Amino acid sequence: MTPTTRTRWAIFSLTGPAYLWLACTIFLPLLAMLALSFLDKSPLVPKPPEFTLGNYGAFFAKDFYWSLTRWSVELGLWVTFFCLLIGYPAAYALAKRIKGRWREAIFLLIVLPFWSNALVRIFSWTMVLRSNGIVDLTVQSFFPGAPAFDLLFSYPAVIIGLVHSYLPYMILTCYIALQAIDDSLVEAGRSLGATSFTTFRRVVLPLSLPGIVSGSALIFVPVIGSFMEPRILGGTKGATLGMNIEEQFTVTANWPLGAALSFILLAIVLVIFGIIYPFLRRQGGNA
Amino acid sequence: MTGKTNYRRFAPVTRRRFVAGASTLGLAAGLGVGPFIRRASANTEVKVLNWQGYGTDEPWALEAFKAATGLDVVHDYYNSESEMITKLQTNPGTYDVIVTNSAWNGRASELGVIQPIDSSLISNFADLNPSFRDSAVLSADGKLYGVSWVWGMTAIAYSTDVFKEAPTSVEILWDPSLAKRVCVRDDAIEAVSFAAIATGQDMNHPADHDKIKEKLLALKPNLATMWSSEDDWNKQFQAKAFDVSIYWSGSAFRSKNTFNLPVGYFVPTEGAIGWFDGLAIGTDAPNAEGAHKFIDYMVSQEFYSKWAEVGPPASANNKAMEGLPDSDPSKAFYLDQENVKRLQFMAPLSDKERQDFSDIWAEVKTEFAK
Repeated sequence: MTPTTRTRWAIFSLTGPAYLWLACTIFLPLLAMLALSFLDKSPLVPKPPEFTLGNYGAFFAKDFYWSLTRWSVELGLWVTFFCLLIGYPAAYALAKRIKGRWREAIFLLIVLPFWSNALVRIFSWTMVLRSNGIVDLTVQSFFPGAPAFDLLFSYPAVIIGLVHSYLPYMILTCYIALQAIDDSLVEAGRSLGATSFTTFRRVVLPLSLPGIVSGSALIFVPVIGSFMEPRILGGTKGATLGMNIEEQFTVTANWPLGAALSFILLAIVLVIFGIIYPFLRRQGGNA
Repeated sequence: MTGKTNYRRFAPVTRRRFVAGASTLGLAAGLGVGPFIRRASANTEVKVLNWQGYGTDEPWALEAFKAATGLDVVHDYYNSESEMITKLQTNPGTYDVIVTNSAWNGRASELGVIQPIDSSLISNFADLNPSFRDSAVLSADGKLYGVSWVWGMTAIAYSTDVFKEAPTSVEILWDPSLAKRVCVRDDAIEAVSFAAIATGQDMNHPADHDKIKEKLLALKPNLATMWSSEDDWNKQFQAKAFDVSIYWSGSAFRSKNTFNLPVGYFVPTEGAIGWFDGLAIGTDAPNAEGAHKFIDYMVSQEFYSKWAEVGPPASANNKAMEGLPDSDPSKAFYLDQENVKRLQFMAPLSDKERQDFSDIWAEVKTEFAK
């Protein structure tokens, strides 16, 4: 055996199981769903299904699907924006300002919500946000007669719940990126006369961009498919494509349509990332 | 109805149930579960197919039935009506008694998976409420395919704190004085059914879909929120999130009796949604004689009087309902034939109707969110 074949064998045998695992757990189920999205009836029906493009046609035939899609994407952008707004400074403080035990303690506080069930977290928010809820009662006890605080079943409530759920992703990814930046780079910038803002803009921000991008992707993708938070916190004001997809599977039992809508959502995500990706690469190249 | 029963029957499928259902379906479709099920030995067993924990598998009942007839009752369960049909199709000649919803009995007889029942073998048959017993959905070609067992309704609950007198009309949901005080369940079929009732149409097969959409859109200013489960309803009602709501009868009595909430309940003069479950016998049932005996026991007053302790749906047996203690407020309500007469009963929907209703509701909800 020549060294090259041996190397090839090593690569194959070492990475093979991982790819096999990926194929079985991600690729095959996705493929099954893709096939399902082209059938005219769900496997629940005892009659044999036939090929159709109707499920994809349904998306374009009805205006409300488009509204739902637009809202889902907007929701994803808002939540990602607020996570970045809160998460990045928090990660910066953790990576560059806070040291030692405090850092561990604060990390624990950030990760703590992850240990509880998502449904429990969201239901806890309903108790906080509703009128006669925790915030409302507290405000009323200090300022009797203050206007009632009732955010439950509103768009802001959905954003609050989702930002709370996904914020740790942003903090953790940005923290890792910021942590890796050598402090001497910042010092070099300062010693060459740059203001601290310029150093941040020209040195720290570009270097931490990969963290921001991966954090945003980790948040944006699940949020535009979210259905549980909009339903519980948004009431009639929460409407997303994810909720409609869930209903196609659980209520209408129209799995093919649900699958088709899922793939449309996936395509939208891919298109968005396709647009952003070259831009990010250029940014990374400049840095 | 018990809380569990409600979840099983009507609540939007929980994620766990969805997963369980999906995997069961996969198994049933791929392999056929028949080979794994112990075949009933013909004359000493009755094989029952039902939701789990829904009356037929009460241990005390099975003991009493065995003492009376010497027959053992064996259970198999389904998690959705379509799973029931799949099980009957893939395992012919396995099941004796099957619990079928009124909207599904016709589908089962059409597919030939259940067989005609000899009502002369059911001694309690004469006591059954004719509204259910003689319903067209339980028979086909003049033959009886299901014995009515239990029933309930979806009508309107209101806060007795707010309303000193019970409302009478379904229009209360659209009353301009109730801005942001109305709640409905997030369910396409229920919403469309009520809009059909309010616009004077056949609830199951409404002719004018645009009218329904318009009526539902008109609900927007009044709608406070939507509910998803009985527990959710109770919490929101307690927090005074709404004054009037479309609600299930069994749940309304539980909210009132068990949770002491100020809940009133009425059937609008225009109508409301009724549902009932029947007991059917599988085609080529291994023990058809035992199946008749078991059905007879299930519709008996003897069985219902004990089952009533856990808060089941109303019995289709009038005698059994009359046997309830007067302290139970559901007794007078369910026995009020005026209420029963106003109901429209859920009938099987075609896939197209199901999809149309779902589309209407999705579109209306999108408008609600604007």
